[in-house]
Amino acid sequence: MDHIVTDILEFIFLMWFAIFSAGTLDVLINIGIIILKIAAVVAVVMTHVAYATYFERKAIGHMQVRLGPMRVGPHGILQPIADFVKLFFKEDIIPAQADKPLFYIAPVIAVFAAMSSLAVIPFFNGFVIANLNIGLLFILAMSSIGAYGIIMAGWSSNSKYSFLGGLRSSAQVISYEIAMGLSLVGVVMMAGSLNLTDIVKAQQAYPLKMYIFPQFLGFFVFMVAAFAETNRTPFDLPEAESELVAGYFVEYSGMRFALFFAAEYIGMILMALLGAICYLGGWNGPFQIPYIPFAWLLVKVYCIVFLFYWVRATVPRYRYDQLMALGWKIMIPLTLLNIVITGVIKILT
Amino acid sequence: MLIMPGGYVPIDYLPVLIFMVIASAFGLGALLVGSIFRPRRPYPEKLMPYESGNPPVGEPRYRFSIKFYIIAMLFVVFDVETVFLYPWAVVFDKIGLYAFVEMMIFIAILLVGYVYAWKKEAFKWD
Repeated sequence: MDHIVTDILEFIFLMWFAIFSAGTLDVLINIGIIILKIAAVVAVVMTHVAYATYFERKAIGHMQVRLGPMRVGPHGILQPIADFVKLFFKEDIIPAQADKPLFYIAPVIAVFAAMSSLAVIPFFNGFVIANLNIGLLFILAMSSIGAYGIIMAGWSSNSKYSFLGGLRSSAQVISYEIAMGLSLVGVVMMAGSLNLTDIVKAQQAYPLKMYIFPQFLGFFVFMVAAFAETNRTPFDLPEAESELVAGYFVEYSGMRFALFFAAEYIGMILMALLGAICYLGGWNGPFQIPYIPFAWLLVKVYCIVFLFYWVRATVPRYRYDQLMALGWKIMIPLTLLNIVITGVIKILT
Repeated sequence: MLIMPGGYVPIDYLPVLIFMVIASAFGLGALLVGSIFRPRRPYPEKLMPYESGNPPVGEPRYRFSIKFYIIAMLFVVFDVETVFLYPWAVVFDKIGLYAFVEMMIFIAILLVGYVYAWKKEAFKWD
């Protein structure tokens, strides 16, 4: 524990030193640019998160021969704003027997973990907030931290539904995290880098500038794991509304509930971004679209997001034993097979 | 320790640090600003844990299945395996056949444990 504290203090000191030995004004300008970039990314992603909920309700509505939201604005286009205003002004109910500090902090951790991962996502050539050489590892680490938010919420609420939902969710998330980590190993082997920008650039030599054809097995496992990681249908057992009401966030209301909800949708968009970057070639497309460098990434992300909705409207929920059996008995052997095949092909060619 | 000969200043990580601060500020800020506007009218029934409208029965944190512990233990084993695979995958192009065979032996040893866990029905839920 002492080591961690001194390491963190030393990190901050070194950072401080490195910053201010370079000349204060330059540094402040650079930090200002970083903050502006982050603000732009957060604003854009949060808008997409808000409208992802609208898109979901519309898409599923039309699949079930309904219209979806229609009341607020033309075709319900202002629905997400109305939802936000409603949640913002709702009473924040904290159960009398809840473990207060954990209960307070859990949604903040969930949203923190989901949002921080965006720091290493390259949106187009040259635009990435932190061009880390361990980008992929950073995203996996952050999604692990997200599990803490879920466990803490489930435990601290002191309610049976939350407790069961939290347990199920954490077991599910860690099981599928292995499948996801192993499925991405194939991509790393082919690109020879964990840096997401390098991974996109390495794909230019492949058919359609994508890894999906040589890595179709990895892509399949990745998508299944992405559904499980984000607790979405058919793996939405943690919040199975017909038995657990809402799972780990039963006791949350108002803005705290909204934070969990936002974290879930940021997670979904993040998984779509990761899938588009690692398997579908990121911002590269069959031809150049002028003036909008992120156009192809946007198209690919929305295709994957639509897949999330489509599956939700089509596939019934798995049983818990089936879910665990699928993760441990099918997905993990498949990813190991994928690694071996990729290795053999790389050795032979 | 970071400050050592051959150590480096992790300046690449500064944007990540700033992003983390902004992300936490986003969560905390939304709650703090909201607390000015939202009503607060608690009464005992409202603060009860939700149990489909009935008064809660028994302890909420009762004994749960041992299976969750087994999953947690298996997770540690396989997650460490994943962590070993990542650096290997990054330098795979440079190290070639020798390292490939080595990693296959590593995975084979792990598979023995995997098959053992399977036969012991660690993945079975009843």
